[in-house]
Amino acid sequence: MSNDIKIKKGLDIKLQGAAEKVTENAIISNFYSVVPDDFHSIIPKLVVKVGAKVKAGDVLFYNKANEDVKFVSPVSGEIVDIPRGEKRKLLSVKIQADKEQTFKDFGTLNVESVTAEAVKSRLLESGCWAFVKQRPYDVIAKSDATPKAIFVSAYASAPLATDLDYVLQGKEAELQAAVTALGKLTSGKVHVSVDKNGNSPLSGLSGITLHKVSGPHPSGNVGTQINKIDPVNKGETVWTVNAQDLVIIGELLLTGKFNAKRTIALAGSSVKKPRYFKTTIGSEVATMVFDNGVDKNGNDRIISGNVLSGKQVKADGYLDYYSNIITVIPEGDDYELFGWNKPVFNKVSTSRALTFSWLTPNKKYDLNTNTNGEHRNFVTTGTYEQVFPLDIYPMQILKACMYQDLDEMEALGMYEVAPEDFALTEFVCVSKQPHQEIIRTGLDLMLKEIG
Amino acid sequence: MGLKSNLHNLKEKYKGTKMAPAFNAIHTFLYLPNETTHNGTHIKVADDLKRTMNTVIMALVPCLIFGIFNAGYQHYAAIDAVNGITTEVSLWANFITWDNFVMGAWTVLPLVIVSYGVGLAVEFVFAVIKGHEVEEGYLVTGMLVPLIVPIDTPLWMLSVAVIFGVVIGKEVFGGTGMNILNPALTIRAFLFFAYPTWMSGDKVWVHGAKAMEGQPDAISGETILGSLAQNNVVSYDWMDMFFGFIPGSVGETSTVLILLGGLFLIFSKIGSWRIMLSSVVGAIVMGLVFNGVVNAGWITESSKFYGLMSTDFWMHLLIGGFAFGTVYMATDPVTASQTNKGKWIYGFLIGFLSIMIRVFNPAYPEGVMLAILLMNVFAPTIDHYVVQGNVKRRMKRLKLKTA
Repeated sequence: MSNDIKIKKGLDIKLQGAAEKVTENAIISNFYSVVPDDFHSIIPKLVVKVGAKVKAGDVLFYNKANEDVKFVSPVSGEIVDIPRGEKRKLLSVKIQADKEQTFKDFGTLNVESVTAEAVKSRLLESGCWAFVKQRPYDVIAKSDATPKAIFVSAYASAPLATDLDYVLQGKEAELQAAVTALGKLTSGKVHVSVDKNGNSPLSGLSGITLHKVSGPHPSGNVGTQINKIDPVNKGETVWTVNAQDLVIIGELLLTGKFNAKRTIALAGSSVKKPRYFKTTIGSEVATMVFDNGVDKNGNDRIISGNVLSGKQVKADGYLDYYSNIITVIPEGDDYELFGWNKPVFNKVSTSRALTFSWLTPNKKYDLNTNTNGEHRNFVTTGTYEQVFPLDIYPMQILKACMYQDLDEMEALGMYEVAPEDFALTEFVCVSKQPHQEIIRTGLDLMLKEIG
Repeated sequence: MGLKSNLHNLKEKYKGTKMAPAFNAIHTFLYLPNETTHNGTHIKVADDLKRTMNTVIMALVPCLIFGIFNAGYQHYAAIDAVNGITTEVSLWANFITWDNFVMGAWTVLPLVIVSYGVGLAVEFVFAVIKGHEVEEGYLVTGMLVPLIVPIDTPLWMLSVAVIFGVVIGKEVFGGTGMNILNPALTIRAFLFFAYPTWMSGDKVWVHGAKAMEGQPDAISGETILGSLAQNNVVSYDWMDMFFGFIPGSVGETSTVLILLGGLFLIFSKIGSWRIMLSSVVGAIVMGLVFNGVVNAGWITESSKFYGLMSTDFWMHLLIGGFAFGTVYMATDPVTASQTNKGKWIYGFLIGFLSIMIRVFNPAYPEGVMLAILLMNVFAPTIDHYVVQGNVKRRMKRLKLKTA
């Protein structure tokens, strides 16, 4: 039986500065931060105070709505600061790392024989539950639900994305342990999607349903794969786990340690020598971006994540909990004379309105953060559909989110989508509407009203 | 650097004031703004609404230039006709001439200037009052309006219609992107219903005809549709119609230039080929039905519908405003159907109804304006049923699961 998924609608945005396949150890970061905002819709309840000593794997805070869901420290060290914002909102937990790392020992589990309950409680107490996300709503999974399937995408198709085949090499044991354990938590299958033209370490795993994906971005987005394999209906839940986070889960199960190490890509046209780094979740971005990377005085945008759905961070910011790439591109805060009507050769466009990127489909572009125009109402139609492979009407669902009609949002397929599914439609939007934000707000509203 | 930084400083100075939108509208015409992305996608596609609208305007410019020459040519040809001279059109000898250009420019350019001046003024006022940026929608509307009115439309009439069309047709709904009816056609329809004597008949299509009415050397010019509606013989052959050397609204006569403009819009992916193609198909189907009715002998020469019904189905595509409406007005993305399936239905019905209204409307033998306005109203309904198809599929999937 062929499980291939072939995507036709989409867009590969080719950018300069893809990471070369060389891995360096990043300079060890002195400070680490865990930012509660990375875990969307979680209300954090702190359990540590400034000055406390923690080991890697010790709980920092938990979810107020569900105390079982813990969030743990990626390193051992001392809590040095807990900055708060307006209304005493918890902004982050800052940890000064020890020279010698110590790990909390959770004990090993034999994944073949262990029960689902044991797996679940281990993931919850060790903080690995944060890596298990659910659809609908694209939030951390509810721990008392049983998903109809679990999806893992081992193919990143976003612009400049980390080559997962490369960074996951040699991690087969951890990956296998993680999928075997996760497989016990679902009544259905564990769907793993790999690049059809790649050589993924995940393709040899047992206990999974393998799908080979081809076609332009967003073919690697897990949302696209869910829509093609087994779409989410009302009342159903699926879980998704990033392929790289499986490694951390697997290592926890095999060794009993929460080892938040991961290999990330440093990419983008502003980086002198784009390459891979071994680093730890929550590290200072500065430990990676300046050495042979960007100019200290340069006017650049540093993004924790990819250019389509990452978060903007400052040079003194931190790698977020889920990202496996740091992208640096030039800021575009400059005016361009007659930029709206002159022929354009150096920017990507899906039209041919005096834009000539269709002539050079393989050219790599150096795009900046300029919006190339002002925010407007929705005007043009049909452009989103060309880059949106899901069986959903993108403009109609966006409008339903804007006028907050819950019934219509539900009917149009809101349970199936995550903000990242609308990254490409946002990129091509002539009216420069913030699609991902609209969808996120819509999902939050549904979560609050329907739950 | 000088101009750029000066303008930047001015923009900062006006920021937050009532005049900011007005200043920005002019500023962004010179410079692409320095706005950057926030969270969400950090990069954006090169196109913006100004570029999109500009592409449509570029596709309209040949029609405007042709309209200028044609205005002059029709005027002089009508004068010759009164004096008993019949003119054979020849592109270089008597069409593209300095006299035609001067005459045409003097009559057409004021229409363009008034249309843009009044319309943009209304847009600026609304932008300043409501505090949003001046939107680009009127750039195309302002160009369409002078091309779809009779040449001698008085400028005050045009101003009144433009104000009506922009305010009632667009701004009350919330501006560009929110309107239900095509603003250019709203303006045209207002003119048609408010001042019908200026909009039809045989005295309005040639410059000077209305002014000379009643004089012994009065000139006249009947559109082909007008002649057909009165069962008169048409004195133009199909080549004249195709190239556009015929009386009619300013810019709608040259089918060949409209065709080229349409192809350009399709190539640049700005105009919807689905709407254009299905509209042509719809018109052909309706034309064939009428031809069939005539051939079957149900309608005879005594009928007042005979002239238009017996017109060959392909001829309908060349005469009147059908081609212009299909290419430039039906494809307006805001008022058309928004789903791809819906566009097929929407376009087909526009073509179908255009020809039907054209044949059966006794007062005014042109259907494309009313057909598009009618379908504008029904476009959301079409979309609703197309989207319901998707919703039903989703419901069915759920039922299969639970069963």
